[in-house]
Amino acid sequence: MAGAWLAESTVARFDRSGVARAARWHPAEWAFWLLAPAAYFAFPHHLVFVSQIAITALFCVSLDLILGYAGILSLGQTAFFGVGAYTAGLLASHGVGDPLLGLLAAGACAAILGFTTGFLVLRGADLTRLMVTLGIAMMLYEAANKLTSLTGGVDGIQGMKVEPLLGRFGFDLYGRTAFWYSLVMLFTLFWVARRLVHSPLGLSLRGIHANAARMPALGTPVDWRLSAIYTIGAAYAGVAGALLAQTTQFVAVDVLAFPRSADLLLILVLGGAGTLYGAVVGTIVFLTARHLLSDVDPQYWQFWMGALLVLIVMFARDGLVGSVLRLVRRIR
Amino acid sequence: MLTVIFDGIASGMLLFLISVGLSVTLGLMGFVNLAHGAFAMLGGYVCVMLLNQAQLPFLAAVPLAAVVAGLAGIVLERTLYRRLYGAAHLDQVLFSIGLLLMAIGAAHFFFGDQQQPVVLPHFLHGQINLPGLDIGIYRLFLVVTGLAIAAGLELLVRRTPFGARLRAAVDNATAARGVGIDVGSVFTLAFALGSALAGLGGALGIEVLGLDPGFPLKYIVYFLIVVAVGGSGSIKGSLFAAIILGIADVAGKYYVPQAGAFAIYAVMIAMLIVRPEGLFGRRLAR
Repeated sequence: MAGAWLAESTVARFDRSGVARAARWHPAEWAFWLLAPAAYFAFPHHLVFVSQIAITALFCVSLDLILGYAGILSLGQTAFFGVGAYTAGLLASHGVGDPLLGLLAAGACAAILGFTTGFLVLRGADLTRLMVTLGIAMMLYEAANKLTSLTGGVDGIQGMKVEPLLGRFGFDLYGRTAFWYSLVMLFTLFWVARRLVHSPLGLSLRGIHANAARMPALGTPVDWRLSAIYTIGAAYAGVAGALLAQTTQFVAVDVLAFPRSADLLLILVLGGAGTLYGAVVGTIVFLTARHLLSDVDPQYWQFWMGALLVLIVMFARDGLVGSVLRLVRRIR
Repeated sequence: MLTVIFDGIASGMLLFLISVGLSVTLGLMGFVNLAHGAFAMLGGYVCVMLLNQAQLPFLAAVPLAAVVAGLAGIVLERTLYRRLYGAAHLDQVLFSIGLLLMAIGAAHFFFGDQQQPVVLPHFLHGQINLPGLDIGIYRLFLVVTGLAIAAGLELLVRRTPFGARLRAAVDNATAARGVGIDVGSVFTLAFALGSALAGLGGALGIEVLGLDPGFPLKYIVYFLIVVAVGGSGSIKGSLFAAIILGIADVAGKYYVPQAGAFAIYAVMIAMLIVRPEGLFGRRLAR
């Protein structure tokens, strides 16, 4: 009796308004997403570049879900990106050129890999996770590098034929179709991810991140929640990889290389881990900076990237989005 | 067959020298330092410069390279590393990847991306040919040096006041401070020692492992495996792990070159799954 009364009153008094408010779309967010199609008219000669940004942003969102929200330390997100890219690439070169089908298959393959390797990854503590994720990515890299008959190694998959999107919009040199395709995919999956992080699953993940030992006391099945988000994150990365493969009509072994993981981490902390917009804003800033500085020797670029990473860790742990939000809060 | 095993032991010794410092910072102090290989690379480049520009003899250049790497370790520990001792693992990972990228970029800038040549002195040339076993003199030199340093380290950690202070500081920093141990300096010294050994390994390893700007990235997984498989801060464990890894690596490259480094990663993952705390492990930090 007492128990029932207690439960009822707790439910009645539990204030959900904060959660509901956070889940609602802010006008600034609408503005942000309306700016994206505007880029089509503002930068008509850089459509390919903008779609690269969208794809990398989606990839970064996948890492954000795993690392920023759930706190799983991963250096091997390229494993899923690469599997997605190769799935789409191999399908297209073997006569299944429908882009959406390829996307679906890539996401599914990456998710299966994520689900199965998730058991290995989630067993250990931070350091073990780091090494297992890195090890899995390196293994796939080695495998793709050596299985040249299947993957073409560094030369890439030969004879990819991606059919027109929805049977109507062919992929052209100017990247018009690629632009809309990647952007719509990014927005759709971002929207899903946004729903996800404000759902009970997302909230419990933040709880696990904050204190994994206490969450079981609230009845949260910690391992399964982590496994779920790891799988979802893997699927996201797979879709991003497939998008890259289809829009560039090219997959080589570098989709699995370690520097891509390092870049991704840098982008995420630059934007701010643990906020979905951090992933997107970080990607825009990072890729634009690299695009503008591309004349500079790439080795210099690497040095300054490293310096930037050290500075961020020392002084700006919240990243760009976090710093801006803090500024806004202080002004109010 | 025996030659492959011997060469494996020799390159295992190098891995041991480079990684043993990491087994203290990462294994005992729980600092995820992915930039550790950069100290080895620094030692390698210093050695090359001393040999080619300053015309120093090999046996003088190698210890000097270790000293320079150790000094760099002190400076970096005092200025940067120490601020992150208590930080989240993610911060340490990001920070050390940043350092790693900077080291690679700097090496590119100063030395270009080609492999660095090194000329060994005459008495380290040549081979001893036994039935079924060809022993390269240089590799024999590596094995002897490695064993001597392992023995010296074991004595240092087990038998000296510094070793006692280090073990105390790592076991329980708060209690160690309570009995008057200057934990900060002990950590700095341990870090410097680890960096110096890495520098030594890097300098000695030019002939076997090669030296180019990609060095710290190429071997990072090897160092991590030595620490993870050898167990935290255990000198004996690191030595065994490094030797096993060295033999497996050399044998793999010799007998199944098409598999590449695949086997190494598979072994590492399997090891971590079976024994998350390492072969001779104490508990893993956190």
